[in-house]
Amino acid sequence: MNLLKINDVTISFGGITALSHLDFHVDEGEIVSVIGPNGAGKTTFFNTITGLAIPNSGDIIFEDRSIVGIEPNEITNRGIARTFQNVRLFPNMTILDNVKVSQHCRSKQLLLGPLFNTKAFREEEAEIHRRAEEILGFFGTRLIGYRMQQPAFVLSYANRRRLEIARAMATQPKLLLLDEPVAGMNPIESAELTRLIGRLRSEWGFTIIMVEHDMKVVRDVSDRVVVLDHGETIAQGSYEEVSSDPRVIEAYLGRPKEDAS
Amino acid sequence: MASTTVRRESVWRINNWVDAFLVLIRVGALSIIGIGLIAFAAQQMSGEGLTGPQLRDLLVAGVAQGAMYGLIALGYSMVYGVLGFINFAHGEVFMSGAMSGFIVSTVLFERGLWEKNFLLSVAIVLFIAITVSVLATILMERIAYRPLRNSPRLIPLITSIGVSFFMQNAVLGLFGPASKTYPQLPEALSMRRNILGVHIEGTKLLVFVVAAISMAGLWFFVERTKTGKAMRAVAEDKEIASLMGINVDRIIVTTFAIGGAMAGIAGVLWGLLFRGVNFFTGFLPGIKAFTAAVIGGVGNLGGSMAGGLVLGLAENIGPLFVLAPLGVPGVSQLKDAVAFSVLVLVLLFKPKGLFGERLSAEDRA
Amino acid sequence: MSRPIADLDIKKITVTGGSIGLGAILVALVGMFEGLNGRLIISPGFTLGYLFLVAFPFVAGYVTVKEPVLEGIELPERGPRDIAAGALAGLVVGACLIGLIALLQTIDLSEMMPNWRAPLYQFLTINRGYSGGVLALLGISLIFGGLGGALHTLPQLGKRIVSMILQVVLYIAVLEPVVDDLLEGFGLDFVNDLLYEKRGGLKFGSTIALTILAAGTAIAIYRAREKSRSRTEPAPSVFGRLVQQMNGGPRLNSADRRLATTYSLVITVVATVILPFFLGKIVNELLVNVGLFILLALGLNVVVGLAGILDLGYVAFFAVGAYTMAILTSPLSPLFTPEMSFWAALPIVIAAAGIVGVLIGTPVIKMRGDYLAIVTLGFGEIIRILFLSDWLGPIFGGAQGIRKIPGVNIFGANLNGTDPRGIFFLVAAFMSIAIYASWSLERSRLGRAWMAIREDEQVAEAMGINTVTSKLFAFIVGAILASFAGAIFAIKVGSVFPNSFKLLVSIIILVVVIVGGIGNIPGVIVGAVVLIGVLGGPTQPGLLQELSQYKLLVYGALLIFMMLARPEGLVPSAVRNRELHGEEALQDDWLKGDKPTDDKKGAGTV
Repeated sequence: MNLLKINDVTISFGGITALSHLDFHVDEGEIVSVIGPNGAGKTTFFNTITGLAIPNSGDIIFEDRSIVGIEPNEITNRGIARTFQNVRLFPNMTILDNVKVSQHCRSKQLLLGPLFNTKAFREEEAEIHRRAEEILGFFGTRLIGYRMQQPAFVLSYANRRRLEIARAMATQPKLLLLDEPVAGMNPIESAELTRLIGRLRSEWGFTIIMVEHDMKVVRDVSDRVVVLDHGETIAQGSYEEVSSDPRVIEAYLGRPKEDAS
Repeated sequence: MASTTVRRESVWRINNWVDAFLVLIRVGALSIIGIGLIAFAAQQMSGEGLTGPQLRDLLVAGVAQGAMYGLIALGYSMVYGVLGFINFAHGEVFMSGAMSGFIVSTVLFERGLWEKNFLLSVAIVLFIAITVSVLATILMERIAYRPLRNSPRLIPLITSIGVSFFMQNAVLGLFGPASKTYPQLPEALSMRRNILGVHIEGTKLLVFVVAAISMAGLWFFVERTKTGKAMRAVAEDKEIASLMGINVDRIIVTTFAIGGAMAGIAGVLWGLLFRGVNFFTGFLPGIKAFTAAVIGGVGNLGGSMAGGLVLGLAENIGPLFVLAPLGVPGVSQLKDAVAFSVLVLVLLFKPKGLFGERLSAEDRA
Repeated sequence: MSRPIADLDIKKITVTGGSIGLGAILVALVGMFEGLNGRLIISPGFTLGYLFLVAFPFVAGYVTVKEPVLEGIELPERGPRDIAAGALAGLVVGACLIGLIALLQTIDLSEMMPNWRAPLYQFLTINRGYSGGVLALLGISLIFGGLGGALHTLPQLGKRIVSMILQVVLYIAVLEPVVDDLLEGFGLDFVNDLLYEKRGGLKFGSTIALTILAAGTAIAIYRAREKSRSRTEPAPSVFGRLVQQMNGGPRLNSADRRLATTYSLVITVVATVILPFFLGKIVNELLVNVGLFILLALGLNVVVGLAGILDLGYVAFFAVGAYTMAILTSPLSPLFTPEMSFWAALPIVIAAAGIVGVLIGTPVIKMRGDYLAIVTLGFGEIIRILFLSDWLGPIFGGAQGIRKIPGVNIFGANLNGTDPRGIFFLVAAFMSIAIYASWSLERSRLGRAWMAIREDEQVAEAMGINTVTSKLFAFIVGAILASFAGAIFAIKVGSVFPNSFKLLVSIIILVVVIVGGIGNIPGVIVGAVVLIGVLGGPTQPGLLQELSQYKLLVYGALLIFMMLARPEGLVPSAVRNRELHGEEALQDDWLKGDKPTDDKKGAGTV
């Protein structure tokens, strides 16, 4: 069943066409990787899905409802969450608070609860806390314990990426968009995160779209690979099919010169 | 840094009740203005409205005031274009020009030079007023703004509020609360003349001429000189400009100074036209000039001048064209409320101004 | 390695001395010296004016010699060179003032500047005529400048003794009305006569006594701290452990911290309830003003500190609260006279404030910070002009306002403006509500959302936070708190006039929040107490009544100073400190030995 379907979406600004008549779909429970050379439109792709950019034409359908033009926070509410390529945590908030605040759209208490310390309020706070710990625990021992009370900016780079993912998990999405999750990590960290991504699907039930450059990760975890270039899909299929597709090779490496010098 | 996000939406699109509310305000404002104009037209046609000469006087007054607003607006515009914050104290720079103009003109008047050689006197007054306002802006920049160059956005704004407050009360403490009156213009100059068929007061003519010369001078400076080019580069992108070898600090000071000079000139003109100035003179014109800068497009110098004219005309004509016909009593009391309403409406509905903003790379939201 | 006397940084001396000297000239011409001259600090003869005057060369000397203390860099050795440098800086200040005296003698600018007259001249020359005055100023500036520089040469203990002496003497002198009232209230009137002269100011003898007392106290405290520092195990009592933490020892654990907080809360509550009965009318009146501003500042703190929205039209909510209460309770209300009681009117006031909060907040929610500030300023002014206008006079009373607002009936008693103590308790009650509301909201879902919005609004949206609604709630809460203050203000004064709700008020509330400590409750309270209590509010005098005319100037200068030197305020919140000084704060914590306990082994590749 199609969880997300992108129909013939075109988006251009400043004279550049970032996405051109793009078609894309992902089924529930899939892990799809989106790859392509720099400038192919991958970040715009994510921005369009999450509502930070509005297509000039075309439609995006999530769970049988169009989400074009919907505000970003409403899109998250409907069940799409993302991480950012350049990690954008809330640096001065504690690690725990970063994960707690991401549960905002799944909780309801407003003014009366905290002001009168109602039972509903206390229960909700406890639940938020419990869930935050559970999510942070997914990453092993790195982000729990005394660390939870530390501000997010003390974290190492790899831990920041993990916290990014934890935050996205906390919004209880159905569809998780990971923007270059292993960028900047060393091979050991990448391998570990690859396994975690698999568990995100198997244990937590997320459908995942991942933009990545690291082909090892792409190969190890994807069900399907989609290749973008100049805003269009130029190939899709399994990793093996795609990596041997001449059009893909040409997009990355260019066509060899036929005429001898 | 923010990723390139593009949400181009029609202003009439209603996503949620906030948008609905805004549309309501828009519709309301347009209706009030529309109904007022219709009522005004009816009044005119029935002969109860303003006469030709009255209308003409209003227009001339509007343009004169608008020219001054435009000059002050330049300072706001330039500083926002380069540093990305509103220099709240700019109105006080204008006031310092007006006050120093008062001091010098009084001295010249008492020495008799005012009557004998008016144009020379005006030149001296302008020279000193410009010196004072430039000094004020340079001090402001050096002491209060430069150390905060890399602070989060609201901190320089809050500091400028402090500077504004401080300057107002310093002048109040130094010179007292009473209104200071500029000496009268010599009869020969202030009388009404017929220029191109338009009956206009000499004082207002002086304002036009001086404003025009200043604007021309500024245009020449910004477009034709090397420093002007450097200013435009810094306004575009500070980092790259410094990589190109431009002394960014010095250019920023120059930007401030020129804005200050324009405001100082406007101060003298204000004093000559309205005669009374005191420590609080800078507050309202400052806010109105900022509105003008936004109307024209922040960072856009030509736009600032244009915005000033628009605002000056609207302020003089608005209450009489729109509110009086609707039967609102005591319209003159509400004049300032109208000016503030224009500010609110412009920032709500056309924050990029009529002619487009020119902001630096970091500030383009 | 002590530097020779001749090695002086002439440039620094001239610049520092010169700027402070120019400041002194400004202060002189504004008339502040003469204004302060009316208050005697130490009888006979030493007035607040002269204290302020000698402060200039003193500060010049101190600042010139001061050097930033950097970790790991050897501190320069202090010696005669510093005294010389200080004295020279002071001399520059003196030179500026002497220049002013000379000008006062020769030119007459009194038409332009009302303060350019004989009294100023007499003050600056210390009533000794021209040559006497010049010599006196030279002497004063050299001596006090040197003293300022010399302050750096004292050892730690010495500095603390001097600081303690200055503080004790100044507080007892400046806080005379409060001390007076307190002693009377406790029946210790004779101590009053011992301390103060009849016409104000400390007695010379008592000054000496206080100096010795202060010095002794400083030494005693120092010894106690040394002793606590040398202890290696934790002290037996909570208080002892608290002292240990203050001395750089181990942090209090959470149980201790809770105990300490409870103690301090209990003490504060008891003091708040008991003190007003021992204080006279004037001081109680002052406390009411401080309390009202604490309410206002707490409300603005929610908007500016928690949600990060700079609202310059905040006074509008204050006005709405006051006018709503006036219309509903006063028999002279122009439109209609329901003549409700305070308590019946209160829910309507809250509703009105909430509605206005939404009306003002909704349009501005999506704006850039700067634009938002100026638009809210516009709204504030529009509302004031509307309240003032003849057009809406039939509702709001125009320039005359609405008068004869009755008092509050509670437990049978009627509280109104003539009984400041009663009003103070009313204010204190609402203040507690405001404090509790701020505190609990900060720790709630909404508070987290506000902080996320402050950190990165775009990402907050991506995390599912509806920034529009969240910010609106900040407006609503801020508006309601301000309306509380407005309602009580209306009751206290008995009438409302549009003049009480100028932009000035918004700015003063902003200064209070910023100077006190933006974003945190104790900071805001401290800010209000220090500023409104000592300098006074927009129309109300503070403890230093002599400064009434110049307080706005001081407010402006303070705002600039705090933004430059200490933007996190007097009482910084941990979060704000992090935001503004991030790395440094962490390093400082680490240096203090605040290493977290590693309770899970193998924390992994961190």
